[in-house]
Amino acid sequence: MYNFTFHRPTTVRQAAGLLARNPEAKLLAGGHSLIPVMKQRLAQPSALIDLSLVEGLAGVEQKGRSIVIGAMTRHADAANSPVLQQALPGLAMVPDSIGDPQVRNRGTIGGSVANNDPNADYPAACLGLGATIITNKRRIAADDFFTGMFSTALEDGEIIVKISFPIAKKAAYEKFKHPASGFALVGVFVSKRGADIRVAVTGAGSNGVFRVKSFEEALKKRFAAKSLDGMTIPATGMNSDIHASPEYRAHLVGVLARRAVAKATA
Amino acid sequence: MAKVSMTVNGKAVTGDVEPRTLLVQFLREDLRLTGTHVGCDTSQCGACIVHIDGIAAKACTTLALQVEGATVTTIEGLAEPGGKLHPMQEAFREHHGLQCGYCTPGMIMSALDIVRRNGNNLDEHTIRDQLDGNICRCTGYHNIVKAIEAGAKAMAK
Amino acid sequence: MSATGIGAPVRRKEDFRFITGQGQYTDDVVRPGETKAAFVRSPHAHAKIKSIDVAAAKKMPGVVDVLTGADLATDKIGNLICGWMIHSKDGSPMKMSAHPAIAAGKVNCVGDAVAVVVAETHAQARDAAEKVKVEYEVLQAVVDPAKAQAKGAPQIHADIANNTIYQWHLGDQKAVDAAFAAAKHVTKLDIVNNRLVPNAMEPRAALAEYDAGTDNLTLWNTSQNPHVARLVIAAFVGMAPEHKLRVIAPDVGGGFGSKIFIYPEEVVCLWAARKLRRPVKWTSDRSEAFLTDAHGRDHVTHAELALDANGKILALRAKTIANLGAYMSTFSSSVPTYLYGTLLSGQYDIPSIYCEVDAVYTNTAPVDAYRGAGRPEATFVVERLVEVAARQMGIEPAELRRRNFIKTFPHQTPVIMAYDAGDYHASLKKALELADVKGFAKRKREAARHGKLRGLGYSAYIEACGIAPSQAVGSLGCGVGLWESAEVRVNPTGSVEVLTGCHAHGQGHETTFAQLVSERLGIPFENVSIVHGDTDKVQFGMGTYGSRSGAVGMSAIVKALDKVEAKAKKVAAYMLEAAEGDIEFKDGKFTVAGTDKSAAFGDVALNAYVAHKFAGADLEPGLKETSFYDPTNFTFPAGCHICEVEVDIDTGKTTIVNWTAVDDFGTVINPMIVEGQVHGGVAQGIGQALLEGAVYDKSGQLVTGSMMDYTMPRAHDLPSFHVGLTETKAPSNPLGIKGCGEAGAIAAPAAVINAITDAIGTEDLAMPATANAVWSALQRAQAPKAA
Repeated sequence: MYNFTFHRPTTVRQAAGLLARNPEAKLLAGGHSLIPVMKQRLAQPSALIDLSLVEGLAGVEQKGRSIVIGAMTRHADAANSPVLQQALPGLAMVPDSIGDPQVRNRGTIGGSVANNDPNADYPAACLGLGATIITNKRRIAADDFFTGMFSTALEDGEIIVKISFPIAKKAAYEKFKHPASGFALVGVFVSKRGADIRVAVTGAGSNGVFRVKSFEEALKKRFAAKSLDGMTIPATGMNSDIHASPEYRAHLVGVLARRAVAKATA
Repeated sequence: MAKVSMTVNGKAVTGDVEPRTLLVQFLREDLRLTGTHVGCDTSQCGACIVHIDGIAAKACTTLALQVEGATVTTIEGLAEPGGKLHPMQEAFREHHGLQCGYCTPGMIMSALDIVRRNGNNLDEHTIRDQLDGNICRCTGYHNIVKAIEAGAKAMAK
Repeated sequence: MSATGIGAPVRRKEDFRFITGQGQYTDDVVRPGETKAAFVRSPHAHAKIKSIDVAAAKKMPGVVDVLTGADLATDKIGNLICGWMIHSKDGSPMKMSAHPAIAAGKVNCVGDAVAVVVAETHAQARDAAEKVKVEYEVLQAVVDPAKAQAKGAPQIHADIANNTIYQWHLGDQKAVDAAFAAAKHVTKLDIVNNRLVPNAMEPRAALAEYDAGTDNLTLWNTSQNPHVARLVIAAFVGMAPEHKLRVIAPDVGGGFGSKIFIYPEEVVCLWAARKLRRPVKWTSDRSEAFLTDAHGRDHVTHAELALDANGKILALRAKTIANLGAYMSTFSSSVPTYLYGTLLSGQYDIPSIYCEVDAVYTNTAPVDAYRGAGRPEATFVVERLVEVAARQMGIEPAELRRRNFIKTFPHQTPVIMAYDAGDYHASLKKALELADVKGFAKRKREAARHGKLRGLGYSAYIEACGIAPSQAVGSLGCGVGLWESAEVRVNPTGSVEVLTGCHAHGQGHETTFAQLVSERLGIPFENVSIVHGDTDKVQFGMGTYGSRSGAVGMSAIVKALDKVEAKAKKVAAYMLEAAEGDIEFKDGKFTVAGTDKSAAFGDVALNAYVAHKFAGADLEPGLKETSFYDPTNFTFPAGCHICEVEVDIDTGKTTIVNWTAVDDFGTVINPMIVEGQVHGGVAQGIGQALLEGAVYDKSGQLVTGSMMDYTMPRAHDLPSFHVGLTETKAPSNPLGIKGCGEAGAIAAPAAVINAITDAIGTEDLAMPATANAVWSALQRAQAPKAA
């Protein structure tokens, strides 16, 4: 790891100020994406701004017809939140599937969403529920937020404060774990909120998380696993690596979408 | 350099560290608590697991400065001061849950976190699933699973 | 059987320090004034070094020095060597190129050391290592062993034509060809035995210290055989005379073969410590381990089996290309030859066998012994051939095996080995029962109802262990003897230290060896300590690998104990005023035969040291005996493993639903520890079959360079194991032990692949059988039907 200076602000405003003064600084949430990259010397931030002492950034609450999760909410806390399990259990499946128990004990939703790893789980939930990412500056719809692998709509000095998920009547996440890393080889989040039907896929696409319109159309007729029978997506644009071919990933999108719908309608 | 202070195994400790110092380095090199091990550099193996404020974490993916003011427990802090082993330590010995011993501290610290999260009556499936963050190359996990099941039960007594 | 004697599941002595965090691994040792080393490593698989500029690095904070291959050559530090001579079929000796500890002018694999930075802290050493400027001229690389010998392939070492180290063969080609010509049925398979990264959980480390006053060097390292390390570093590398070099391998966190070998980093730390007059420590991180630890397996094989109409095997032939990587590691040459070709008879009475092996250099990490070493590769060839032949001929796979089992012993195979004892029917029978093979058809139907494919796979393996007698291995080219030594020191108070040349890194020797001594001398288990891993304490030893420590190491202890008993009887005779021949020893007591006159072991020990009852002219005081034991044959552990799998048709994911292992290890000292060895071995074998595979891309970059990409088996990847034992004693050693450390890794891969191919109905499946691989195999199998 290269050296850096370390800051622990107690308010979002202080954190934003530090970011403004240190253009090469990075925000540190749970650290479970950033620190590994820094250990490999693949990132060299001049400063780390640790958000863990900032008040009010952690917690899960229901606000009207939405679930609002604070950016510093750890995966384990989100997964085990009674509020979430009651109102939107399909979303709780996502943090519960991330990494391993120790990663879930430290990693945060804000860190995961801001990083937008193409194999991460939360982006699928954000896109699959039509979430709103709320920063210190504005509200960004998930559909506009994820702009390609490791790339988001966040601007310099922008800090995710919380994420608001509309409560869908039916929702579920199905993940095929990468056998070594625990990330999603392919993960599919499905939801139905009235006429709004979403199918979001992570891990598979070479450009990060994406929606599958053809599946959504099929599910609009009837939100049932059967509606997707025989359906798949083209292998073009799928990731290719030693762990899975594009064809296999495309095939898994269909399999996991059916399973997710089955889970959501169970 | 930056000042850091925390409570480790019940003792208040302070150190002067570079910000890039990982918790595991602080424990091993500054405090000479070498029971916490480093088995990988990608947060996969769990040999470095300690408890931060009672919750299991990978000390190789945590900066010492992030733990400022926290309470840390390492494998060295489990047995009673008089030397009586923690029931989970005893279970690992009784069930031959270790061979080379290198992953063992992390396994035991992880096992205690499984009990914290899942209670004292653990089935095989839960234990295997929840051991996702720990890698052992020697035992094939068979006896680790048995040890955790027994250790969890013994802790309830 | 006593609670702590032979056969008892005694809880391990070593565990207390490990479960309390008090183990002492190499990186835990700290010496005053210690510095840290970081290596500058080649990012290229094959390149000429045009220049190295260390000036900027030397100016970095905390840097003590920066050393290069040129400095190493100036100081006349010798090359690393491979210690097993193989001769090609034309009689020529193997072609071994130079292996300097730091590259001299050319790098041959990614991770090859180019320079070393020694600094006050690890972070400073790493920071400075980045400032070493190396200019490379990148050359084309070759990583695929099947392509290394091709015309126009990149030449890795100037002195090695066609990258070919040797072209070895074994067996009677003419007889085999004749048998094939007459055969009713021939089964042919193309097999890739996938390359593996051993990944012992403790990464390798070395700490070297120089004492200028005495000119002594000390090396703490992660070694399975510290004496062999000292021998090689003294005699071949020329670092220091043997008596001026002490090697200590303290607690070692797993080895699996990868810590047998003598590595460049150990040499460099010793050299730098003397040069800089400061202790120098290097601890590998996992990424470095992936690049620099010796890998395992990596065979490409075409194999054929000839059978008559009744399924009787007539002959077997195999042609293998073995990848030895960029340099020949310490025992690399022996693995694909005498540890492989000699086991191609399996458990079967095969009249003729012919095996050809070409060993090649490639631009990859060195390949050497990894748990099983050659024998897993042989077992995979034999057990896949037999299984596929049975399926092709419509004979039940267990039945085909039965028809061909060797039934009488000793049995001379056509490939050197003389099996001395075994009962292959017994292990198969027991395995069939434990695995409830009778109920399989019903379970298969049940699984099918849930959209799952069930399959059953057998592996009836055999291995040759002990890897001795020395005369035999010497005749096959081994540069050392593979006996073992023991020293039994009885203290005046009757407690005992046993110094063994074996080394424990998870095997529990401190417990099993003490069980033997406690039972034999009739003294409490607690009164026995086992000492190992320090060349200053143990006079010499060959270390631990090849499942040898029980069969060879404990036999040496038995021999030393015989001498202790004989000497103690002499002492007791003086004490009890009886003739030596009348003294009997039982349960820790020396008794004059036919009387109630006796002396306890402790009293005899004390008398041996105070020497009041006998004159020095008649008997030497003291009670300490040494022995060197060389067995009369290899040992031949064997058994039958049965794997039952369920394959998810939709995803291709395989779940192992049942594992049965029935092994014949001869005498078992501690069944708890033996079962643990089976569990661990099977886990590594399942890992090879389902999850693990080291992959280099065409340019020689290791794609699976971390645990993010190389799949280590986790708890949820594995089942609980059903382990059973059968027993035929090994006739070649006094305890009848055969060895148990490698069996699981040897047996498992074939059982898994046999089970999956049974489930999916196609043999077209390579290891590792990942979900994607199985799904693709299913697609391929279905494709022609659809067309």
